[in-house]
Amino acid sequence: MNPFSSGTRLRDMIRAIRASKTAAEERAVVRKECAAIRAAINENDQDYRHRNLAKLMFIHMLGYPTHFGQMECLKLIASPGFPEKRIGYLGLMLLLDERQEVLMLVTNSLKQDLNHTNQYIVGLALCALGNICSAEMARDLAPEVERLLQFRDPNIRKKAALCSIRIIKKVPDLAENFINSATALLREKHHGVLITGVQLCTDLCKISPEALEHVRKKCTDVLVRTLRDLANSPYSPEYDIAGITDPFLHIRLLKLLRVLGEGDADASDSMNDILAQVATKTESNKVAGNAILYECVQTIMSIEDNGGLRVLAINSLGRFLSNRDNNIRYVALNMLMKAVTADGQAVQRHRATILECVKDSDASIRKRALELVYVLVNETNVKPLAKELIDYLEVSENDFRGDLTAKICSIVSKFSPEKIWYIDQMLKVLSEAGNYVKDEVWHALIVVITNATELHGYTVRALYRAFQTSAEQESLVRVTVWCIGEYGDLLVNNVGMLDIEDPITVTESDAVDVLEIAIKRHESDLTTKAMALVALLKLSSRFPSCSERIKEIIVQFKGNLMLELQQRAIEFNSILAKHQNIRSTLVERMPVLDEATFIGRKAGSLPGAASTTTMPSVGIPNGEAKPAAPLIDLLDLSSDDAPAPSSSGGDLLHDLLGVDLSPAPQQSGAGQPSKSGTDVLLDLLSVGSPAQSSSSTVDILSSNTNGKSPVSPLDDISSLSLSSRANSNAGAAPMMDLLDGFGPSPSKENNGPVYPSITAYESSSLRLTFSFSKQPGNPETTNIQATFTNLSSTVYTDFVFQAAVPKFLQLHLDPASSNTLPAAGNGSVTQSLKVTNSQHGKKNLVMRIRIAYKLNGKDTLEEGQINNFPREL
Amino acid sequence: MIHFVLLISRQGKVRLTKWYSPYSQKERSKVIRELSSEILSRGPKLCNFVEWRGFKVVYKRYASLYFCICSDQDDNELETLSIIHHYVETLDRYFGSVCELDLIFNFHKAYFILDEILLAGEMQETSKRTTLRLIAAQEELLEAAKEEASSLSSIIAQATK
Repeated sequence: MNPFSSGTRLRDMIRAIRASKTAAEERAVVRKECAAIRAAINENDQDYRHRNLAKLMFIHMLGYPTHFGQMECLKLIASPGFPEKRIGYLGLMLLLDERQEVLMLVTNSLKQDLNHTNQYIVGLALCALGNICSAEMARDLAPEVERLLQFRDPNIRKKAALCSIRIIKKVPDLAENFINSATALLREKHHGVLITGVQLCTDLCKISPEALEHVRKKCTDVLVRTLRDLANSPYSPEYDIAGITDPFLHIRLLKLLRVLGEGDADASDSMNDILAQVATKTESNKVAGNAILYECVQTIMSIEDNGGLRVLAINSLGRFLSNRDNNIRYVALNMLMKAVTADGQAVQRHRATILECVKDSDASIRKRALELVYVLVNETNVKPLAKELIDYLEVSENDFRGDLTAKICSIVSKFSPEKIWYIDQMLKVLSEAGNYVKDEVWHALIVVITNATELHGYTVRALYRAFQTSAEQESLVRVTVWCIGEYGDLLVNNVGMLDIEDPITVTESDAVDVLEIAIKRHESDLTTKAMALVALLKLSSRFPSCSERIKEIIVQFKGNLMLELQQRAIEFNSILAKHQNIRSTLVERMPVLDEATFIGRKAGSLPGAASTTTMPSVGIPNGEAKPAAPLIDLLDLSSDDAPAPSSSGGDLLHDLLGVDLSPAPQQSGAGQPSKSGTDVLLDLLSVGSPAQSSSSTVDILSSNTNGKSPVSPLDDISSLSLSSRANSNAGAAPMMDLLDGFGPSPSKENNGPVYPSITAYESSSLRLTFSFSKQPGNPETTNIQATFTNLSSTVYTDFVFQAAVPKFLQLHLDPASSNTLPAAGNGSVTQSLKVTNSQHGKKNLVMRIRIAYKLNGKDTLEEGQINNFPREL
Repeated sequence: MIHFVLLISRQGKVRLTKWYSPYSQKERSKVIRELSSEILSRGPKLCNFVEWRGFKVVYKRYASLYFCICSDQDDNELETLSIIHHYVETLDRYFGSVCELDLIFNFHKAYFILDEILLAGEMQETSKRTTLRLIAAQEELLEAAKEEASSLSSIIAQATK
């Protein structure tokens, strides 16, 4: 009957498993055993059920599935004998957890066992209940547990007390039922009952304010007395650990006193004496003693203020901090963190020691110390602390650098006393750990740089120097590229030289070298390369002598596989080749970026920024390359910012693009529809689209030309960095967007005011694009203009387009403009569709299409499904 | 509150797992994998605390076994360390200088002893003597049941003779 006394088979199995030389051998043994156990389960074998379950538990620990044994636990629990129940409950706790339905089946057995005459069986049931009970079971069995709190045997009372903790955590409503019996336990002498009673009261007080009030009023004195008796008790071998009587009980008592003293001056007052005694008298050369001290300090820092006690507490922490034991130093750092809010000055005294801990070889200690240093920094000590941290950055381990860099950047930007210091520190960080710097950090740096007008020259020269030594740090490269693009002339001419600088000679071609290196180094990602292209374009106008060379570099990217780079290269090349007259105005220096708006923006877009940092190179080609994106971004911006004061469109464009072009933009700014594909500017501004669109465009442009408007700062940067997919505010930079829109994208003209047009279907022979519009006041209905283009060199005749939609949509097709589709894109067929979405806002449009036509008299059929409709149609 | 207790051998084999918070079987094996690689790779002189998923894992190595306890962020780490030591000492007294093999072949006893020390993720009994007395009393019950069974079967055997 006993599961193990005769159970050599369990031993045999364990031996066989241990004897296995390979994982495969072990699996074979386990498989054989499991098969035998399953067979026994199927035969409903009684004699070996307990032994089989024991084996299953061992197999479970090895990580094999054992769910088939769950019912066996229940059967064993239901059997009458203690040995079966014992192993059954153990199996229950190991193989099941509270979320399994099977567990509900055991409630009844538990109830019976809680009322059993054998106290050990009651103990087993309490143990299982305390470890895995669910909320339903807690509700069902709470009365039994409550009754057992008064059981004659103390060993049952203590188990019932801990069970009650589980119950009130699962069902907080039940808390008040336990208040009286819980406080009664605090008067017990038996340590087991006392410690569990104290824990139950602590949890009650956390859950129910009523209980807190009750315990505070009735029990504070009792607890203080108990703690005093315990602290002064003579040596008792049963509970002694390293010369202290029952440190566990000490700690639990201190914890409960903390809960009672928090926010209550009277209760705090009554415990002051005993806390002072524990803090001074406890031996601190063993773990147990230190654990008590640590808890005591925590209580002193949390209860209502008593100056003398706090000094005592911080002093003990100081002693902890200088301890050679890493564990003690760790908890000291942990505790100082909490003490900072109570007494920052006292903690500052330990600054030097804490700083040493940042350089510890132990990752856990480093992490704690760094967090502590971070909260200790203020305006007065930021310079030395930042210097220490940056010096340490050079030698720190790689897996710590991310944390450290983030903290340094945050400290430096929060407390920097002057801009030049900020820029210096940031450049150091970028050169040391630029690969760990987050996007928003270097965005912020650029904002600061543009605002520090008198430091432009200094900064670009410092960056140039840093680039020579640390060209492998991505974000350093980006900032350098950006600054050389903007301030390249200051670099070459040594403008704005400060006294502290060493003179440096940089030729125009040196500056272009930097960009060429940046764009050609193969670690550079898309963002960096794209930024380098923009910078090159800018330099081409600033350094006429290098213009030819720059053009050659740009031309190399015309065939780049990255669509974004290819597009930029083609656009820039055509600016260089065909539009010399507007180039210099196009690439003028960026207006000063507004810091306040940037900070606001940053706060708003942090989650998005986080996601872009994780996958910049993956996200961008998909998100950014769509021709429709810039315009959408523009529209987004105009909707969530107050429109800037808008003067007439003609004036704005006049400002932006220069005098010689004013006639054309004036015409376009008025919003006249124009289909001319040759006029560059019209394309640039997407004016071909309906009037609504052009008005939004005007808003944006007006805000950008002001340069101080709310829209521009971050957007300028993010459009440069291209990491804008998640930030909905991307792409408002005046130059960039104009150029984005400049690409030879045919669908561009069809951009609707609200929804981007899509290429609904494309095969080697045919392209179908949809553009969308809605009637005002009728959001469910969408008008779709379908445009068919023949991509082959043969005319299609008898052209018929058919479409089908699911039931929640209604479709109405107008006749097509023609049934003949000219070859090679020389004209197109258009057809209007009207779709009504009865599930508007819930479901997206979807459509199946079939296109039939005759090609050289032969019937041809093309079919497809359109799933890429814009959302919210 | 303690969320779980793990015993892991230096080779990364699991010797005991006790869960006081609900973790699905899948999460359990993930937790074990993550923690054993993190803890086993730590050097000998480092502190015994690892911050992990917003919890604290306190571990201590005894011979070839790592005893790990995962508790709440604001629990007393030094106390948790003492709990580990308390458990080890209790095992030691029960088995008489315990070794890993004892815990492999008598894993159920290691569980029974743990169940007398911790319950619902809290400390239940601080006296080793009381714990061992309770274990001994329950083992007597087992013996009694066994004897009863054997005497019963001998009666049956006699009756059927």
